[in-house]
Amino acid sequence: MQNNTEQNATPNDYKSEVRNLSFYYGGFNALKNIDMVLHDKKITALIGPSGCGKSTFLRCFNRMHDLYSGNRYEGEIILHPDDVNILAANVDPIEVRMRISMVFQKPNPFPKSIYENVAYGLRVRGIKQRAILDEKVESALRNSALWDEVKDRLHDLAFNLSGGQQQRLCIARALATDPEILLFDEPTSALDPIATASIEELITDLKNKVTILIVTHNMQQAARVSDYTAYMYLGELIEFDVTDTIFIKPKNKQTEDYITGRFG
Amino acid sequence: MKNVNNIQEIRKIISLHKRWDIIFMVAGIFALMIAVLTFMALFAHMLIDGMPRLNWNFFTSFPSRRAEAAGILSAWVGTTLVMLVTAIAAVPLGISAGVYLEEYAPKNFFTEIIEINVTNLAGVPSIIYGLLALGLFVYQLGFGQSILAAGLALALLILPVVIVATREAIRAIPVTIREGAYALGATKWQTVSDHLLPYSSAGILTGIIIGLARAIGETAPIITIGALTFIAFLPPSPIKQEFPYISFEWLTAPFTVMPIQMFNWVSRPEEAFQLNAAAAGLVLVVMTLTMNGLAIYLRYRMRKNIKW
Repeated sequence: MQNNTEQNATPNDYKSEVRNLSFYYGGFNALKNIDMVLHDKKITALIGPSGCGKSTFLRCFNRMHDLYSGNRYEGEIILHPDDVNILAANVDPIEVRMRISMVFQKPNPFPKSIYENVAYGLRVRGIKQRAILDEKVESALRNSALWDEVKDRLHDLAFNLSGGQQQRLCIARALATDPEILLFDEPTSALDPIATASIEELITDLKNKVTILIVTHNMQQAARVSDYTAYMYLGELIEFDVTDTIFIKPKNKQTEDYITGRFG
Repeated sequence: MKNVNNIQEIRKIISLHKRWDIIFMVAGIFALMIAVLTFMALFAHMLIDGMPRLNWNFFTSFPSRRAEAAGILSAWVGTTLVMLVTAIAAVPLGISAGVYLEEYAPKNFFTEIIEINVTNLAGVPSIIYGLLALGLFVYQLGFGQSILAAGLALALLILPVVIVATREAIRAIPVTIREGAYALGATKWQTVSDHLLPYSSAGILTGIIIGLARAIGETAPIITIGALTFIAFLPPSPIKQEFPYISFEWLTAPFTVMPIQMFNWVSRPEEAFQLNAAAAGLVLVVMTLTMNGLAIYLRYRMRKNIKW
């Protein structure tokens, strides 16, 4: 990182600060003036009805919107400890994606072997030594609770795994590069309840290792796994607080209506 | 009792509706049979006429004034070499253009125009490509009436097929796979070379083979650039006894190809030459069918591990 500056020292417990973030799909204003923080090594959940912009918000963190033309960011997402604004035009989105990993809604393993899936992020970073790859692949698979199930068939195709295993493989792939933040975009929406439970358990286990931001349409999931919860509606951040507060005594009427199912 | 009546009524309606299923099926089979039977009749006709002529000598002899001694040696060697040039020119150009349009090109008015153009090129009559090649390759660039000029002309002809096949194959890859690669910090080129090209290779290869299968039977552009209809020698060998062992002299050699050899024989009045034409046609059809068969097989083989 070249962007080290000494300006405004920030509290240690913030991994990232979102300042006045707006986002536009062409002419459509999808996110409006969002201010939020991500606490270091904690899980933050984004909830809200479909189309509220939670996935759009998540995808700002790894500059996924840069892949498509006509998208525009305003405001800042500051990444600590080096206080770089990852949305700045002079910051390469590839550099951002090397620091912030993402797990998608549907398991999306590459049609390669289990090993090559996990190793891909390392290969992109130019790591070629077999010993280092082996070690990192194993530790990533252990961290995603998949090692015992696949250690004897690392060179089998990833497609031969079950849906839940594929999603854990995708988590291993995202973990292998030691990301500073791990983004989850509704990671269990394509999975059955048992696989969902195992993914949730895994996310909880990862909490002390990495900062996590998770989008979920499932409020119980947010309540179960997260430390902080943000409720979004129509591109705005309505309320952001400790998860217990959001679920037990939200300050905002809209949040309360949504939480209690009276939304509409 | 009313219920029973209702059910009778419903059954009557169902069988009435199903009649259309049957009518359409019969019409469909009929339409299909027209295509299949026409091909089979043509093929059978060629088989009966040409089969007796198909022997080793037919493949190893040059054309001759005596029908029984004539063969297709110069034609099949010419076709093979022209196809080689076509493939070497069209494959890298077509794949690069397809990848560029799909993955790199900004979506704007200019690329839109290019895209429409590429698609329309596939519909341009092949003789137009022949005229272009005559002007550009034969005269302007001075390649002469050579294998090189013919191969490049056919490469132009199948370029749109390769480009469109490449784009379709890349577009068939789910967006989540592309995003998955980018999300790990891959650059465009890493995404293309590590993911998009390997996963779309079956589709691209099919496109290449179908393009080549079309080119192998093309006559008009080859005649336009001036292939000989009677040629009793082979192009110089690409492999040499002495250093540097390979030679590119064959590229500039005059040549003939299978369809032209056929055309030449068909236009002779003697019955015996008609049989030769049928035999050459048989060889050409088998070559084309083999290429198409190979395309189907490769598609099946390479897609076995990819499920989406």
